[in-house]
Amino acid sequence: MLAYLIRRFGQAILVMSVMATIVFFGLYMVGNPVDLLINPEDDLLAQEAAIRRLGLDKPVHIQFFHFLGGLVQGDLGTSFVHNTPALELILSRLPATLELAFLGVFFALVIGIPLGMYAGLYPKSPVSRTIMAGSVIGFSTPNFWQGLMLIMLFAVFWRILPAGGRGETVDVLGIPVSFLTWDGLSHLFLPALNVAIYKISLVIRLTRAGTAEIGLQDYVKYARARGLSEWRVINVHILKNILIPVVTVVGLELGNVIAFAVVTETVFAWPGIGKLLIDSIGLLDRPVVVAYLMLTVFMFVMINLVVDIIYSLLDPRIRVKRRA
Amino acid sequence: MSAPVLSVRGLITEFETREGSVRAVNNVSFDLAPGEVLGLVGESGSGKTITGFSIMGLVEEPGVIRGGEVLLNDENVLALPEPKLRALRGDRIAMIFQDPMMTLNPVLRIDTQMIETILAHRKLSKAEAREMATEALALVGIPSPAERLRAYPHELSGGMRQRVVIAIALMLEPDLIIADEPTTALDVTIQSQILFEMQKLMASRQTAMIWITHDLTVVAGLAQKVAVMYAGKIVEYGLVDDLLDRPAHPYTQGLMQSIPSNTSRGNRLTQIPGMTPSLLKLPKGCAFAPRCAYASEACKVAPEETAIGETRRVRCHHALGGVS
Repeated sequence: MLAYLIRRFGQAILVMSVMATIVFFGLYMVGNPVDLLINPEDDLLAQEAAIRRLGLDKPVHIQFFHFLGGLVQGDLGTSFVHNTPALELILSRLPATLELAFLGVFFALVIGIPLGMYAGLYPKSPVSRTIMAGSVIGFSTPNFWQGLMLIMLFAVFWRILPAGGRGETVDVLGIPVSFLTWDGLSHLFLPALNVAIYKISLVIRLTRAGTAEIGLQDYVKYARARGLSEWRVINVHILKNILIPVVTVVGLELGNVIAFAVVTETVFAWPGIGKLLIDSIGLLDRPVVVAYLMLTVFMFVMINLVVDIIYSLLDPRIRVKRRA
Repeated sequence: MSAPVLSVRGLITEFETREGSVRAVNNVSFDLAPGEVLGLVGESGSGKTITGFSIMGLVEEPGVIRGGEVLLNDENVLALPEPKLRALRGDRIAMIFQDPMMTLNPVLRIDTQMIETILAHRKLSKAEAREMATEALALVGIPSPAERLRAYPHELSGGMRQRVVIAIALMLEPDLIIADEPTTALDVTIQSQILFEMQKLMASRQTAMIWITHDLTVVAGLAQKVAVMYAGKIVEYGLVDDLLDRPAHPYTQGLMQSIPSNTSRGNRLTQIPGMTPSLLKLPKGCAFAPRCAYASEACKVAPEETAIGETRRVRCHHALGGVS
């Protein structure tokens, strides 16, 4: 198991360095941040001083080595725009996004799995048909429009939830979180729902397919033949088997929201990292973009690792293979 | 003869398909005394497995039990409401499935699956149930049962798994065990071991059993009574020695002649010409007539069941040999 973990970390570092290199040179080619950052009305001396201060006067390969040098020491660079360390900047925005992502995925599981199982167990009932039709709509509605409609309904017509912002936060271990205050929760609900709707649909379809397939297995029939209650057959014998594909997809989806909640965060003015990324790309704030993407890659690798570990908890057959 | 444990009267099970309803079990009747073994013999698709499931009231959509009675200790199982039926399954009637690889739930440990069965029917503590499960495993010849209990199904061989399933069947001392080709999926040496042990256990406990198989040689060593099924009907029924010595139905005769050991070396194996008819397009009259060497004009009318001898019944206009 330890060797396995070390190998996974090695892979993560390799992927991260390749990605960092590509993004670094890619952004260099897109445009010169100097044009956006420097006040054109300053005199030439002041402009040159500013360029030197940002380290942008040197040739690109020298800049890259500087960047690598910093990286080895755990320094991902300093934001051109905010003049704070890029990593610090990102980490200060991360809790908001994590909160959004986890609540969204929580909705997806809590709503998606029961509905999907129902649709899988009773495929012919009108309720199931409604669920499946609903999931098609959830799949195909554009995220930004759906966000706007949610704001229209809940914030404009019914006036029961706020349209944007993060609301009141409480510090837990020095990290500000919204979900522990009533006001914060009411701000969190709509964006989380907006993130969740697509995922609910996804989980419904996955669960339904899994349930329909596993419902036909001999071991389910055998569980019934042993006189087990229908509750136990469904919630233990079927559920435990369908969780495997659901966990895979939901794990990757969690990474997806954390990394790319850009649309939702923009629509609901949610101060997370997605919004930071979009702003930074617009200003060619290279240290922030690179740091952000490296963090994202790291996170995906971690999520995959966690998913693999959950797998082995769910499916004993995988555990044995790894030991061998 | 003692009062029968099980008495099946005119059992009819149909499947609703798009091309109309199909009668998979057609007017099946037989009796079983305590400790008696009935061999239910037939080709694939003859309705023998569905007969087994019908007796447990466990026919799944689109199957429907259309008529008849299944009297277990003089109580009509088919008239029971679902909760009572559920209480019966696994407790009074236990079932052993064909493929031990598919029968046990792969993601649950053996102890979980055994204990849940006990707790579904007995008010016991978990520790008492575990005790009971350990004893049951020891009874069917599983070495170090306490250890095996903690194993997952994939960690056991096919023969071991089938022993576990047999242990689960015997555990609650049912009145009737329905064994659906329990040795077909095992290799020959394991097959005979398991047969031998089943025989021993059945005899010592006076448990009645229906042994569903397509293998007449197994039936010869195990059963007291034989019912031969063809296209959903019992075409011949009687005591095992009587029936196997002098098969009256041409189909039974065909089955016996197709046992390889009856043919001398180098000769072609005898086979019954043609295939089992589709239940959707059953020939008029006797379903076996198109494949039968003795078929005549009379066979265009379905033969009624006629008693030949005390316990012997046959459905044929041209009953052979055994007619007294």
